[in-house]
Amino acid sequence: MIDPHHHAVLSSDDGIVAGTVEIDGAGGDRLEAYLARPVRPDARGGVVVIHHLPGYDAATKEITRRFAVLGFDALCPNLYSREAPGADPDDAAAAVRARGGVPDDRLVGDVAGAAEHLRDLPSSNGRVGVIGYCSGGRHAFLAACSLQLDAAVDCYGAYVVETPAPESPLRAQPLLGLADQLSCPLLGLFGADDQHPDPAAVEQLVQALRAADKPVETVVYDGAGHAFFATDRPSYRPHAAVDGWQRISSFFGEHLGRAVS
Amino acid sequence: MCTYLTETLAADGSGKGRDGWFRLSQVSVYYDHPVHASPEHTLNIDFLDPARGPSARVAVELAAPTARRLAEAILQTLDGAAAEGIEVPR
Repeated sequence: MIDPHHHAVLSSDDGIVAGTVEIDGAGGDRLEAYLARPVRPDARGGVVVIHHLPGYDAATKEITRRFAVLGFDALCPNLYSREAPGADPDDAAAAVRARGGVPDDRLVGDVAGAAEHLRDLPSSNGRVGVIGYCSGGRHAFLAACSLQLDAAVDCYGAYVVETPAPESPLRAQPLLGLADQLSCPLLGLFGADDQHPDPAAVEQLVQALRAADKPVETVVYDGAGHAFFATDRPSYRPHAAVDGWQRISSFFGEHLGRAVS
Repeated sequence: MCTYLTETLAADGSGKGRDGWFRLSQVSVYYDHPVHASPEHTLNIDFLDPARGPSARVAVELAAPTARRLAEAILQTLDGAAAEGIEVPR
């Protein structure tokens, strides 16, 4: 709560500070990013939020703020900063979609830059996790197999296991071959009615990670399809989203540590 | 945005976007999750001039039945004009 006499935010509050910053991405490129931080002073882990293919939009910024409310420093880089500086998120997404998405090597460099930015914050305890949705789910897995991270959450990422259809302009290639390079525990949240990825693909992912002796936990929600976390879309499924948020909070709390006082 | 199926064609015409009219050079047609429309998937059309940047874009997201009726209406209109003797290039 805010002290009515001094307008000071009390340290026990779940208040946050959020806004746009610039970070270094792949190749030293300057990227726009959205940073949300708890007001609470104690050291905590950081979360890199990877936006979905529709872009660096209001819904993703809201997700980023929620991580700060949960007690983590959270940073969402605008992966379309280069193609569409200053453009509306939907225009930027259309342009990047037409080009086949974000190149994998650039994505890894951008997440590395975001992770470094989080570790450099005075409030950092040195630990950083990653989470992504839709195409960002695939990106989260890619980043966790390419960088030294402390926790990763894949929310219905397509084409980790499957290959895009030949007529697809998407350049994404499967990532299952990277399973033995996963650097941290993985939580995967999926919908049973999703086609990309479908439950069979999720099972393949789990088997590959277990064969590589990697810590993995997945949930496939009945009655949910793709994008069940999206509160502004008809795909939203409260039972899956509420349980999913609780699992994400516990998972990052355990592996990253949060600000609690 | 997860089907990734896209038809892209060169375009000759004009569209009115955020900053007024501009010449079109490209049209993208795809069936995917919309940004704003209600159905889970819609037929989306982007009228573009990529040389002017991502904001040179006129976008529509159409429910599938609407998109089919639009496609039929476009062809009927063109054929009807040709039937009246108006020159309609192919």
